[in-house]
Amino acid sequence: MEKTTKFNTHKISKLTEFSEGKFILRFEKKFNFKAGQIVSIAIKDKPKPRIYSLCSGENDSEMQILFDLKNDGELTPLLSKLSTGDEILVSEPYGNYLADNQSPMWWIATGTGIAPFYSMLKSGYRAEKLLHGARGSSNFFFADEFSTLLGDNYIQCNSVSEEHNQFSGHVTDYLTQIDHFAVHNKYYLCGRALMVVEVRDLLISKGVPFQNIIAEIYF
Amino acid sequence: MKECLFGKNILELTAIVIELGLPKFTANQIAGWLYQKNISSVEEMSNLSKKARELLSEKYELGLIAPVKVQESKDGTKKYLFPTVHSKFIETAMIPDKERKTVCVSSQVGCKMGCLFCMTGKQGFNGQLTAGEIVNQIRSIEEHAEITNIVYMGMGEPFDNLDEVLKSIEILTSPWGYAMSPRRITVSSIGIIPGLKRFLNESDCNVAISLHTPFDKEREQLMPVQVAYPIQRVIDEIRSFDFDNQRKVSFEYIVFGGLNDTPAHVKEMARLLNGVKSHVNLIRFHPIPGTPLHKTDENRLQKFKDELNTKGILTTIRASRGQDIYAACGLLSTKALVGKE
Repeated sequence: MEKTTKFNTHKISKLTEFSEGKFILRFEKKFNFKAGQIVSIAIKDKPKPRIYSLCSGENDSEMQILFDLKNDGELTPLLSKLSTGDEILVSEPYGNYLADNQSPMWWIATGTGIAPFYSMLKSGYRAEKLLHGARGSSNFFFADEFSTLLGDNYIQCNSVSEEHNQFSGHVTDYLTQIDHFAVHNKYYLCGRALMVVEVRDLLISKGVPFQNIIAEIYF
Repeated sequence: MKECLFGKNILELTAIVIELGLPKFTANQIAGWLYQKNISSVEEMSNLSKKARELLSEKYELGLIAPVKVQESKDGTKKYLFPTVHSKFIETAMIPDKERKTVCVSSQVGCKMGCLFCMTGKQGFNGQLTAGEIVNQIRSIEEHAEITNIVYMGMGEPFDNLDEVLKSIEILTSPWGYAMSPRRITVSSIGIIPGLKRFLNESDCNVAISLHTPFDKEREQLMPVQVAYPIQRVIDEIRSFDFDNQRKVSFEYIVFGGLNDTPAHVKEMARLLNGVKSHVNLIRFHPIPGTPLHKTDENRLQKFKDELNTKGILTTIRASRGQDIYAACGLLSTKALVGKE
């Protein structure tokens, strides 16, 4: 039986609008999972489920996801109106986008693509470098925790404005400036397809073997 | 701006004629003109009353889109470039082979899947095609009346635009549409499982799955979709479906030199495909700019094919077509986009 079609009812514990149109949805935990895994989420009697990366630690008492409100979308307008106590349908966690204990990791994300890396961070994993690209300072999710635990290895790439302690530009601009990448590191990419493809091409052009690039694309 | 009629199914056409106060049977007449005759305007629908044509023309147009560029290979393969909204392009290939003429259609503008070996992915995703835009790729090419087979193997992932893909298939296979046999249509996917299940249940067309390697880790490196939908689960889904004798399942396998053409791959393919009545198409890799992947040599390719056949996996090598006109999907439209910038 296909795992993604087995849905369980989970109660919402909290919905937070982190910044305009960007939400953190927290709900009860019914399954154990590994940091980096995904779930399919749906609302009863409503259209198709969508896939989200879990954004909580393996040992946290609740699960959470991040989502962008898409006004013309089928699911996120409904998710954005949920209240504490409402129910959603959640599949068992699945997927193989898992942290690697054997090699130093670089985490490279844009937007809500930061979710699996927050899950890894909360589960005890650390990155040699975390690049997060976002449009404006208000869109850097969990910045305080990343900053505390990763220090200067946490780089915010702000693509729309110049701010103190942030890199001005896209993650690709930041990576372009680097001449040498350790070829044995594992490079984890998460976000929209074009960012993932551009970063992957850039890393490969700078000598990183494609076997050491692990990508998760939001579709 | 007028709405397009081309790409509407019979239910939508019926709703239109009812709204315009026309007899219900007019919907079938319009469908006949749209999908079975070669008209280029509503005015040519000569079995509709003048009043009906006037009412229709006030709000609707035919909506055919002509290609902006055509390239022809020395082997007869043609590559058509169609414009889309926002100044993007999609590609359609027409591949002649003896008595057959196959059209390879695109289902999206660009693609979200980011496969390492694919040129289309380098454009990112720029939108969904409508059923009308998909069928237009067949209707608006020079050879449209001679087409025998259709494959959804152009730009985009069909199961990521399944509503429109299924609607286009409805138009192609319905008696009021093109009345093609679904067995002459093959939809190729990287294996989005919910889409695969729905496609198998709601269509009778053939399905082709992009496999490319039987090993999970290796497939993750080639195809990011593997982390969400592992190939083993895709195969399990196919194995559990009750196919009839006519409906075909095939697996696409691009052979990369030294990467996925080893004896270990043969052995694992035999395990993975055990009990699945299917056909494996080996495809030569033609390197795209900046790729870390390599083409395999012909001897090795032949040996790989022979070893798979020895293991009981029906395997053939697909002929490379149209190499002199960038017939690999994504190359022509990327060049066109770069040319505009």
